Parts: sequence; structure tokens; C-alpha cells
Amino acid sequence: MDSRLGSADGVHLADKVQIAAKILVVGHFAVGKTTFIGTLSEIPPLRTEETMTQAGAEIDDLKGVRGKTTTTVAMDFGRLTLSDRLVLYLFGTPGQQRFVQVWEDMTRGALGALILVDPERLKDSFAVMDLVEKYGISYAIAVNYFDGSPSRSEAELREALDLLPETPVVTCDARDEKSSAQALVALVRYLQSRTRQE
Amino acid sequence: MTTPQEPDRDDIETLESGELVRPYVIINGRGFSDGNRFDLVTLVTASADSEQRWGQLDPEMRGVVDLCDGGYLSVAEIAGHLGLPIGIVKVLLVDLAEQGYILTRAPIPPAQLADIKVLQEVLDGLQARFG
Ligand SMILES: Nc1nc2c(ncn2[C@@H]2O[C@H](COP(=O)(O)OP(=O)(O)OP(=O)(O)O)[C@@H](O)[C@H]2O)c(=O)[nH]1
Ligand SMILES: [Mg+2]
Repeated sequence: MDSRLGSADGVHLADKVQIAAKILVVGHFAVGKTTFIGTLSEIPPLRTEETMTQAGAEIDDLKGVRGKTTTTVAMDFGRLTLSDRLVLYLFGTPGQQRFVQVWEDMTRGALGALILVDPERLKDSFAVMDLVEKYGISYAIAVNYFDGSPSRSEAELREALDLLPETPVVTCDARDEKSSAQALVALVRYLQSRTRQE
Repeated sequence: MTTPQEPDRDDIETLESGELVRPYVIINGRGFSDGNRFDLVTLVTASADSEQRWGQLDPEMRGVVDLCDGGYLSVAEIAGHLGLPIGIVKVLLVDLAEQGYILTRAPIPPAQLADIKVLQEVLDGLQARFG
């Protein structure tokens, strides 16, 4: 943790911060989202719940629960003050859920998404990749190797995930600060290249 | 302000957790969509004179003003610290802003956020911080 750019009280933002940027850290169940956000955040990671109204009607889990149109889902996030005027928020939520409101809130104004992937469970990533693509968010893939996972070649991963040639694929250990930061750097460099092309 | 509505009795009974019912009570049955002008990362602070008028507020609203006193926080952080759903916090913020208790940093439109300058600043910041 680096408090140079943070606020005096450790809770509020530093006085001059004007711009809040947002990057999503998403992936399937137990892939390391909360760990990743906790590793990089300058504040203890926070968790919030979203209130679902109309969207609830479309959610399978709630079918048959008479009259119940409200439920909640957890969303993790952390904060990184990156300059005198800029703060970056990292938001994470599982992707298999079709909680419309969470995804609309999270994706609105987001710079891009890092999709965490477990090489042992590649198929589990399809749902979240579909969602990120649906909301038009540019993404990079961060492969989290868990202890004992056999390593896979990048070509193999690309083919299995059906990635575009330009989509970055990096490996990352979400428990390690440097490794996690490098995954974000790879994403941001890719976002820069996409912005220049437009 | 809309007229307060009693939460649906039937709803209360079918919900297992009391917490799920609370939001209706806090916002007096008001619609959730009013809060859409607040983004997850809209930055909020308490206005200079909010403390003098603090006593007139509901406990939930007071909690928001109290937390925002002393600096800026994002909407998401307010929700996280107070343990309230984002949708509820947004509605509370709309009321507090209307009544002059809180101020927001001018929102940055998404197109501007994707600006090459912001990306460069994020990159520089990450590299300065983590090497
Ligand atoms: N080896 C290894 N273990 C990891 C890594 N990232 C997370 N873990 C471990 O994997 C487990 C799950 O990590 P979480 O961060 O809780 O995963 P999550 O994606 O937030 O999980 P859900 O919120 O339940 O979907 C924890 O025990 C972590 O310590 C990683 O990069 N490498
Ligand atoms: Mg988690």
C-alpha cells in the first residue's frame, strides 16, 4: 500500500482528485477476482449489494418465488489513487449471473475489463466473455494458474477461448501485487492501442 | 417527494431476510430509476453547511452526509461503507443533492474517460506505483 497519493484519513479521496476511472475485474466463480482486487487496492476492499427490481423477473433462480422481485448480489471493489487528480476503481462481479442492473452500472463508462481465467475451467469463462462483449467493453485475458494446474500454451488458450488475434493474454497470480499490476498494464496498453485506431 | 407507500404485506412475508424489505421503507416506495444520474464512481462530498442542518435528516441520510463529510467518496464506496444497496444510495443521494446537503464532482462523460490522456495517466500511475 502506498499512501503518498491517498487522503490524510485513509477513507476519503485526496483533495485534488477530479477524475474517477473504472476497470472491471471479472471472471467465473472462484477464479480470483476478490483476491486480485484486494491485492491492488489501497483501501480494504469493499462489497456492495445491488437491488434488483424488474430484472428479477428474468432470473431463473427466482422463478416460482411468488411476488419476489427484489434480490441482491455482491459486487467487490477496490481503489487506487494513481495521480493527484486521478483515481482508478476496480470492480468485480461473477459473470454467470444475468443481473442486468449490476452489469449496466458496472460497464457504464468503464475503460475496459480484465477477464480472469482458470486454465482448468476454460468453458466456465464463456458466459462472462459473452457479457463483456455484449456491453461493448474491450478486454484482456489474465490466466490465473492455480497450484497444480498444468501449463498451457498461449496458442492453445487462444483457440479454446476463441480470441481475436489482438486480444492480450497474460498470466497472473492474483495474490501477487507486481503480477496483478502487470496484468492491468497489459490491458491499459491494449486499450491505448484501440483508442488510437478509432 | 412522492407519497409514502406501505411495502406490500405479501412481499414482506415471502422474503426471508428483513434486510431485503428495509430499502422500501427507507425510500418511501420511491422508484429506483431516479438515481440514474449517479454513476458508481460519481464523487460525492458533504456541502459546507450540511452539518448545521444535519439534525433534520433521517438516520440513513444522516449516515450518508456524515460519511461524506471531510472529503470525496465514490457512490460505490458510500454503499460499501454503509452496507446499503447501490440503488438505495443513489436515491438517497438524489434527495440530498436536491436539498443541498451534498455536492458532486462534475461527472466525466464516458467518451472523455476513454480519452488517451486518461489511459496514459492510468498507465503512468500503475508503473510509478508498482514498478
Ligand atoms: N494459486 C492461485 N490461487 C489463487 C489465485 N487467485 C486466487 N487464488 C485463490 O483462489 C481462491 C478463490 O479466490 P477468490 O479471490 O475468492 O475468487 P473470486 O473470483 O472472488 O470468487 P467468487 O467471488 O466466489 O466468484 C482463494 O482461495 C484464493 O486464495 C491465483 O492467482 N493463484
Ligand atoms: Mg469474490
